[in-house]
Amino acid sequence: MSIQILMPALSPTMSEGNLARWLKKEGDAVKSGDVMCEIETDKATMEFEAVDEGVLGKILVPDGTQGVAVNTPIAVLLEEGEDASAAEGAAATAPSQPAPEAPRAAAEGPVEAERMKAAGPGPGGDAKPAGVAGAPGAGSNTGTATAQPAKADGDRVFASPLARRMAALAGIDLGTITGSGPHGRIVKADIEKAAGAPKAAAKPAEAAAPAPAAAQAPAAAPAAIPAPAAPHQVIQLSNMRKVIARRLTEAKATIPHFYLTVDVELDALLKLREELNGRPKVDYKLSVNDFVIKAVAQGMKKIPGVNAAWGGDKVYQFDDIDISVAVAIEGGLITPIIRKADQKGLSTISAEMKDLAKRAKDGKLKPEEFQGGGFSISNLGMYGVKDFAAVINPPQACILAVGAGEKRPVVKNDALAIATVMSVTLSTDHRVVDGALGAEFLQVFKRTVEDPLSLLL
Amino acid sequence: MANHSFDLVVVGGGPGGYVAAIRAAQLGMKTALVEREHLGGICLNWGCIPTKALLRSAEVYDHMGHPEAFGLSVKERGFDAAAVVKRSRGVAAQLSGGVKHLLKKNKVTVFDGAGALAGKNTLKVTTKGGEETLSAPHIILATGSRARVLPGLEPDGKLVWTYKEAMVPPAMPKSVLVVGSGAIGIEFASFYRSMGAEVTVVEVLERVLPVEDAEISALAQKQFEKRGMKIRVGTKVAKLDKKADSVVATLEMPGGKTEQVEVERVISAVGIVGNTEHIGLEGTKIKVERSHVVVDEWCRTGEPGVYAIGDLVGAPWLAHKASHEGVMCVEKIAGKGNPHPLDLTKIPGCTYCTPQVASVGYTEEAAKKAGYEVKVGRFPFIGNGKAIALGEPDGLVKTVFDAKTGEFLGAHLIGAEVTELIQGFVIARQMEATEEDLMATIFPHPTLSEMMHESTLAAYGRAIHF
Repeated sequence: MSIQILMPALSPTMSEGNLARWLKKEGDAVKSGDVMCEIETDKATMEFEAVDEGVLGKILVPDGTQGVAVNTPIAVLLEEGEDASAAEGAAATAPSQPAPEAPRAAAEGPVEAERMKAAGPGPGGDAKPAGVAGAPGAGSNTGTATAQPAKADGDRVFASPLARRMAALAGIDLGTITGSGPHGRIVKADIEKAAGAPKAAAKPAEAAAPAPAAAQAPAAAPAAIPAPAAPHQVIQLSNMRKVIARRLTEAKATIPHFYLTVDVELDALLKLREELNGRPKVDYKLSVNDFVIKAVAQGMKKIPGVNAAWGGDKVYQFDDIDISVAVAIEGGLITPIIRKADQKGLSTISAEMKDLAKRAKDGKLKPEEFQGGGFSISNLGMYGVKDFAAVINPPQACILAVGAGEKRPVVKNDALAIATVMSVTLSTDHRVVDGALGAEFLQVFKRTVEDPLSLLL
Repeated sequence: MANHSFDLVVVGGGPGGYVAAIRAAQLGMKTALVEREHLGGICLNWGCIPTKALLRSAEVYDHMGHPEAFGLSVKERGFDAAAVVKRSRGVAAQLSGGVKHLLKKNKVTVFDGAGALAGKNTLKVTTKGGEETLSAPHIILATGSRARVLPGLEPDGKLVWTYKEAMVPPAMPKSVLVVGSGAIGIEFASFYRSMGAEVTVVEVLERVLPVEDAEISALAQKQFEKRGMKIRVGTKVAKLDKKADSVVATLEMPGGKTEQVEVERVISAVGIVGNTEHIGLEGTKIKVERSHVVVDEWCRTGEPGVYAIGDLVGAPWLAHKASHEGVMCVEKIAGKGNPHPLDLTKIPGCTYCTPQVASVGYTEEAAKKAGYEVKVGRFPFIGNGKAIALGEPDGLVKTVFDAKTGEFLGAHLIGAEVTELIQGFVIARQMEATEEDLMATIFPHPTLSEMMHESTLAAYGRAIHF
């Protein structure tokens, strides 16, 4: 029997993706583990491997197709001895035909979610922890791997079985929906509202009503904003832009931000950097940012309270020092993570950062490389920005905005002097970190940067 | 004449009104309830409850009719009509007292009298002792309904009965004509048949229990006929000729044929009308259409601060629908809880005839009409071990699913104890279960409930035991 290959959910928040290109052609033999195609998600381009063996009978979704909903059949795999007509048949009945086996990526959804749950709320990047991943795995007869809902605070998403099924079919991320059922449970009506196509049949209760039906349920989808009158072009949102818009709106709207700015003298650091980079036969070239990462790691180690996330009715304090570093890429930005930065030397951090940044720009990061992290750094110093305040990357509690190092007049021993000074601003979630704690962190950071040799201690 | 001020006043102490009053009191509102006759309303005093007591007597009597099937013997089968009725009245009285206690416990002030709106936020209560004026920003009307009277079929309390007389027969009639085959008509038909009467049921629509799934209606009719009832569908009562102690009814059958039946008593069960009179609706913005008060999805009438629930506002005329509306309405007023407008497809219906009928959600036909592509499962009682052990091999559990999403759309049951089984399906419907959830649920063995599982499996070609 032919096997339908469905668009996989490659990250917990993925509701749709772009089919970048097929690496197998129709008629090619496919083994388990072969890379079949590349799929562009909201954050990265990922390879999609085959689970089953067979012959690629028919490609249903061609190269370069945008916005393919998760669980949409994308191809038909023929088993040994089947001919192409089976593929035609399977394709014809594609949407309702049960898939005998869910593709690997979808089937691994729950495993991934479990892992993330075990590891805590796993903030960072777009890594909203998937609390519930009710995906019927391989062998399910429904062929509709349930959408993996996610909520920023790491709580389980409550949704009725029907709502889950409908969300999966419609490619809707449950994490984006506000539930109107008991205890905020997401129910059928919420999915219909989100999908924008209420079914007439579902509303038999609406009898003759003299009073207006009040708009009771919270708007699940943002209201349309009318097009501007001025001449303009319409730029369709990329998946990344949608995620940035959603997550940063959520951050600014729900997190009580406050900001602490401190000036840091860089001369000692620049001197040390010059010395280290000037050594013969070294294979590294340290940047100021590498030192900043290391100094942040030092600060997080000394003041662990900043390495934390808001959990609704609790605070998650992370064990590891994982630092998300914002990298500007085509069409947006992404935050790859330097894991256990406190245990790594400057040269390792530097090398990792170069590799991550390059692969970020190429769209080749793996989800685990940008999902998670306990603290973020955003550096716009290279653009000459003096000082700015960054938006917190939820569910993390802190982000450090790093400005340019520049020569400024300073007062030393009551006399005017010149120093290379960098302003940094810490944006903090006040629910997790209070002013004094943030200030203590900045003290450690400043001390470390101004006395970089203390990193040796 | 005293003046009392409350946060909420409920007019009518039936299952809609008293439940609304208790919920309001729970939410901290100073609440009053006005009842002109019996706490518990028709349901408890003249409806649901006393009929269940009568039908229980009938059921035991039925079993006594074939003791040998169970290896038993009965020396002489018989009944005492007065004692059967007495038991039924006793049950009603016990429960009515219970409601009184519950209201007291919840500190609801009860006024024994007839309430009528008398200006904004004001209710006039006429009691035996005089008049009281109650004021409250919120007034819920829950005055219920009464039997509908068709011209030519006017009840006289002697030969032509409504449910009220049928519930307290001075003696068991030897023959009965039941007009109307909804739940009320069929339950009385079933009761009197069990007690030995010749029963004829006349239904103007094309099938008995017209709101049920057509397949269930057909099975029910077959079972009723097997029990010896005469069923006449598509038939009208053209004329009643009353004699001294009997009635000759002329039935107008499909195609214009007529048939005459002579019966001792006629029971009229042709629906209900809302009790919209004498409650001060005149001069308000409250609209009445076809004997029911018009409300919006939150049970608000056209008059600010006045609400209406239960039978007074329309079908389905079910106690549990009234109670649910009462709670919803009160929670909406209080701004507490998470009330939702009533979804008719989540309200179960039960008919306690023999065999019993119960259902929730879309019938197969309604689902198709609503645009669903359906998957239908059926499982017969004959395939269920517990049913065989009970000696109840006749019945069916039918399930309807949306082929696209797997949504559990409805269930339609006929057979022993299905009125107890149905609520499992109601939970499934309320929680928006799909076929997968029902399939993954473990049903205890041996129970009739296993048929709920099997019927779901059958919808997907996977039934194990049939």
